[in-house]
Amino acid sequence: MERALHWMVERDRIEARGRSDETARLRGKPVAEQPVEMSEKLVDVGGVGVVTLEGGSGRPLLMLHDELGFPGWMGWNTSLSGEHRFVVPLQPGFGRTPRVDWFKSVRDVAAFYARMVRESGLARVDVIGFSMGGWIAAEMAASDPEMFERVVLVAPLGIRPAEGEILDFLAMTMRRHVMATVSNQGAEEVKALYGGGVSAEQYELFEAARAEASRLAWEPYMHDRTLPYRLGGLQGPETLIVWGDRDQVVPRGCAEAYAEAIPGARLEVIAGAGHRPEIEEPGRFLEIVGALLKAPAAKSFASAN
Amino acid sequence: MQFNYITERPYRGLAEDQVYEHGSYFSYPNAAFDPEQGAADYNAYIDEAILAEQVGFDGVALNEHHGNPFCMGAVLNIEAAVLARATERVRIVLIGNPIPAHRNPLRLAEELAMIDLISKGRLVTGWVRGSGPEQFFNNSNPAFNRELFEEGHDFIIDAWTRPGPWRYEGKHFNYRHVNPWALPYQKPVPPAIIPGYLSRETVQWAVDKGYPYLGLGGPLAPNADLMDFYADQFEARGLQAGPENFGHVVFCYVDETSARAQEIGRAILFAGGNANFAKAQHTLPAGYNSPAAIKRLATVPQGGWLGVTKERLEEEYVDVKTDTLAEKKRQTEASYQRMQENLQIVVGTPEEVTAKLKTVITCLRPGMLFFMAPFGNVSDDDRRRSIRLLGERVLPELRAEADRLELTDMFQRQPGSNKLEPGQARKCVVDRDAIAAYNCSMGL
Repeated sequence: MERALHWMVERDRIEARGRSDETARLRGKPVAEQPVEMSEKLVDVGGVGVVTLEGGSGRPLLMLHDELGFPGWMGWNTSLSGEHRFVVPLQPGFGRTPRVDWFKSVRDVAAFYARMVRESGLARVDVIGFSMGGWIAAEMAASDPEMFERVVLVAPLGIRPAEGEILDFLAMTMRRHVMATVSNQGAEEVKALYGGGVSAEQYELFEAARAEASRLAWEPYMHDRTLPYRLGGLQGPETLIVWGDRDQVVPRGCAEAYAEAIPGARLEVIAGAGHRPEIEEPGRFLEIVGALLKAPAAKSFASAN
Repeated sequence: MQFNYITERPYRGLAEDQVYEHGSYFSYPNAAFDPEQGAADYNAYIDEAILAEQVGFDGVALNEHHGNPFCMGAVLNIEAAVLARATERVRIVLIGNPIPAHRNPLRLAEELAMIDLISKGRLVTGWVRGSGPEQFFNNSNPAFNRELFEEGHDFIIDAWTRPGPWRYEGKHFNYRHVNPWALPYQKPVPPAIIPGYLSRETVQWAVDKGYPYLGLGGPLAPNADLMDFYADQFEARGLQAGPENFGHVVFCYVDETSARAQEIGRAILFAGGNANFAKAQHTLPAGYNSPAAIKRLATVPQGGWLGVTKERLEEEYVDVKTDTLAEKKRQTEASYQRMQENLQIVVGTPEEVTAKLKTVITCLRPGMLFFMAPFGNVSDDDRRRSIRLLGERVLPELRAEADRLELTDMFQRQPGSNKLEPGQARKCVVDRDAIAAYNCSMGL
């Protein structure tokens, strides 16, 4: 069982992110120290089946991946898996889950996932979202503040910064886009994922991911002017914004705008990390995120009011 | 057979080295634009189309690109409108309107109907998705490109044929009052031709809609493969494809002497030509092609699409130092020779060009042939002399040859009107023996 599941994790990493020499060398010795049993299931959301990975045990944690797709099970997942059961939907249109024809905006995806959370009986759940996944989580929270207990937005897209611009990664070749997401290229997991070449299969998956990202947020580019106002009404969930100070994709102003828009939100800056602090500076990332997520979920919506 | 003149309307006066150094035509900084030069060029190209009519061409063709000096026809319908009035006989062949870039198919339906009316029924419309840079320039979502193209196309045909007023609620377009007053002169709709560059998806779409297909260059054999693919799809529908279903484009320059033609003809690949049109990230935006097509591109060694190869997809990351100017020029010179050998470029005296073009039409049997003029800084005198020599000394010979080869065009025989009997196999649409013989003779 463990072997088969292990293979799946490995396969996901290889298919989604690049089978480098480094990765090949690490086969059988996954980046995650302790292999965690994972399952894959098809969750029906109003007639749309979404491929969903689950791993770990404890309080459920909804993880929304970024615009390049789920990278595979990483060390930080393992570290949190003793107290959290990860629920990782693979976003429609990103290769594994077929595209949903009517999706044309990030709000559409948020509505879809909100229905998934409600109908799966997950609420009030904790959520961690990366980049576009962070934006989706913010949209879900804005539309239903009672959906989440704790919200972690890692380098979220979605708000236009006062200064600078969100990187136009759709005007880049995919390889350059992928590499622009990481600044600390010496980090172990970064090397494992991106140290080698890109196979034809990986081109296909990255193309699918980037195309779906384009469908959702080509114009206005990766932001929604109405979001700050809507987030202003977000009372309840404890919210943490995480941003790496070497992020080349999302300028500091995006993270600050989120922290400003969401009442009570806290911004944590991770020095030396780019757009992917969870693999670039996993120690510091876990310290910050773990502190929030591992704390007893004492603060219910009722008591917060 | 129909013979058409076309030019991309290049902006003249650019230094070739600067285009090379910029890395592509698209997004070349417009600080270099001189309105006097622009005015002279636009008018010169309108005059060329008029000259083409005078010397015997059957059609003048226009295409559209945005944001670059490679092709100044940013709004081809404006030029077509001028030609509708300034010419009297030639067909005005648009290859074509990039529907997704326009983002307003009702406006497009109105513009084209006006051109057809002013020209009294000489419009041939072509429909294209637009190249990658067109999507960036017009901020048209590349990942919805095919959906925008197909929905926009079907809407335009409806706008021309379905009595209004009516209301339209689609996926990408919505109109509460569709009732264009000016409808096309030609009924039920103006004829069309679908240009493509070695893309099966485009050929398939043309077949599905019953449109002729125009191959925008490429060597003989890959074009023949696509034409056979088209003919097979037609056969599956019980139809025999013929020359009326096909057009073909060659880059062409004619002069009095071979040496002079060869020298000036180099401008066909000015600053690298098509291959230097845009950078990889603009040519293949995410979602513009299917993920499977990207996988193919990344798989096929030496594969490529409009100058984009697996290597170019990676170059910005892998820090491959782009080639030196001297190396780029060497490659361009090699392309110039190779593309002449495989008949993508046809340059020479009227006699030399006639002989080569006879081979082209014998091999591919198109009903329409398009002569693409050089790019670069070729003078009005040289450009106009080439047009005259083509009209006066090449076209008469080719017309006789086309008659001998029975190359019917889309106006002589409606594409799709040639039905097959049940169980009857289709006839050949290309001459494979002639292609093999030619390639063999050239050592290709």
